[in-house]
Amino acid sequence: MEALFVNLAAVLSGWLTSLGLSPIWADTVLLFVKWIIVITIITLNIIILIWLERKVSAFFQERLGPNRLGPFGIFQTIADAIKLLTKEDIVPSAADKLIFKTAPMFFIVVAVMLYTVIPMGQGMEVINLNIGLLFFISIGSLSTIALLMAGWGSNNKWSLMGAVRSVAQMVSYEIPLAFSLLGVVMISGSLNLQDIVAAQGKLWFIILQPIAFITYFIAATAELNRGPFDMPEAEQELTGGAYTEYTGMRWALFFLAEYTNLVAVSALMATVFLGGWQGPWLPSWLWIIIKTYGVILVFFWVKWTFPRIRMDHLMSFSWKVLVPVSLGNILLTGAGIYFCRWMGWC
Amino acid sequence: MIEFSGLSLYDAVFTAAAGVTVTAALGVVLFRNIIYSALSLVLAFLGVAAIYFQLNAGFLGVIQILVYAGAISVLIIFAIMLVMNRPAGRTNLTSPRTREVFTGGTITAMMLTALIAAIGLSDWPKTVLLKGADDTVGMLAELMLGDYVVAFEAAAILLLVAVVGAIILAKGVENK
Repeated sequence: MEALFVNLAAVLSGWLTSLGLSPIWADTVLLFVKWIIVITIITLNIIILIWLERKVSAFFQERLGPNRLGPFGIFQTIADAIKLLTKEDIVPSAADKLIFKTAPMFFIVVAVMLYTVIPMGQGMEVINLNIGLLFFISIGSLSTIALLMAGWGSNNKWSLMGAVRSVAQMVSYEIPLAFSLLGVVMISGSLNLQDIVAAQGKLWFIILQPIAFITYFIAATAELNRGPFDMPEAEQELTGGAYTEYTGMRWALFFLAEYTNLVAVSALMATVFLGGWQGPWLPSWLWIIIKTYGVILVFFWVKWTFPRIRMDHLMSFSWKVLVPVSLGNILLTGAGIYFCRWMGWC
Repeated sequence: MIEFSGLSLYDAVFTAAAGVTVTAALGVVLFRNIIYSALSLVLAFLGVAAIYFQLNAGFLGVIQILVYAGAISVLIIFAIMLVMNRPAGRTNLTSPRTREVFTGGTITAMMLTALIAAIGLSDWPKTVLLKGADDTVGMLAELMLGDYVVAFEAAAILLLVAVVGAIILAKGVENK
């Protein structure tokens, strides 16, 4: 079971080479196959995720949640997806049409690109990049532009306000986001995510880097625009922020991309802080799924527990608390590493 | 990075990346709507990042995306939105005027000729590609925090001064 997917990839690669393809083209075809699999998993997974979030939120608010379609309302999301697919596609006449139409596509492409480097098991990743962690952070920073495009292209005050908020928030929270991961990089001595997983063989980094874990979690919540930091959407005051003018399939793409980002960030947290795919008994690809879902449930828990934060509090919290704390963590980690070497423990 | 031993695929990737970069850079100058210009700038930055990736300089490529495409261009778009006071269709200064386009084009052509001549005529030192050149992060770190640490730290202090200056310019000095 452990090497199931790795063996499948090897079989496919061998078959392609036997067809007369040169190794480069076989690799390229294999890359496309991996991408198609990743995209399929993402789209199918979101059906479960939306149902799960609605059930979790219902549990927190002492409601039942979706309960009509199928057992425990599990088919509700499928019905919703069909509804969204068949809805009329409205483009506002005053909108900047090109930007309005490109924004959701750009957002989803950027979100899917995050999965390039995530190790989904032993030897299972789309590309084993030696700067994987940095790649993840930098691609994540691009989603800001998509929200800005959506907000601007809609030509609507609510949308623009939402976009302005999200950009201010995401640019500020990117700094603690990157800094909090630096502590892990310093200990493992590598930016390669597989190396980081291997470095956690004995001890998970959540124990060595608890401050980094907490700052990363908070910064990631803000970066994902999730509650309690969902100021850019803020249904009650901005009627949906940057997504206000979007309908049907285009809106669904934004929704899909948001959940795609959520899963990617959760998988990264599981990889960097929770030992990645390592674990006893079960195969590695099952462990990463279990850990990722654990982190996602914590994200749900936080969202449905805390009320929304005010915008100025949000900004000052990033610059006055998170940035100094994450910088201090880097200093502490560096001192710790030297102390450890001096004592001869490592 | 992925090793491409076949030259044809390597060339195709370069042509695509360079084509996107040049087209986007032209878009920055020629679009009448300044928002489109700013978004083309993002695309141009991404194209340059793609070329870095192709040259096995992954670290530079990632930093190009993080700093230029992800942060600087966002600030540019932000600034444009905050100060824009006329219809978006007539915001980019150059486009409709033929005379300015002609002048600018001439100057650009002269600069480009000079640049190509300079590149063609200079005697480039042949750098030996180190084994394990994949590790651009380590190599850059050794250069920046080893051989050139003074210049690196001086640049850091310069940036700090610039940040403090910008804050004072933005907030003003309180007269007591």
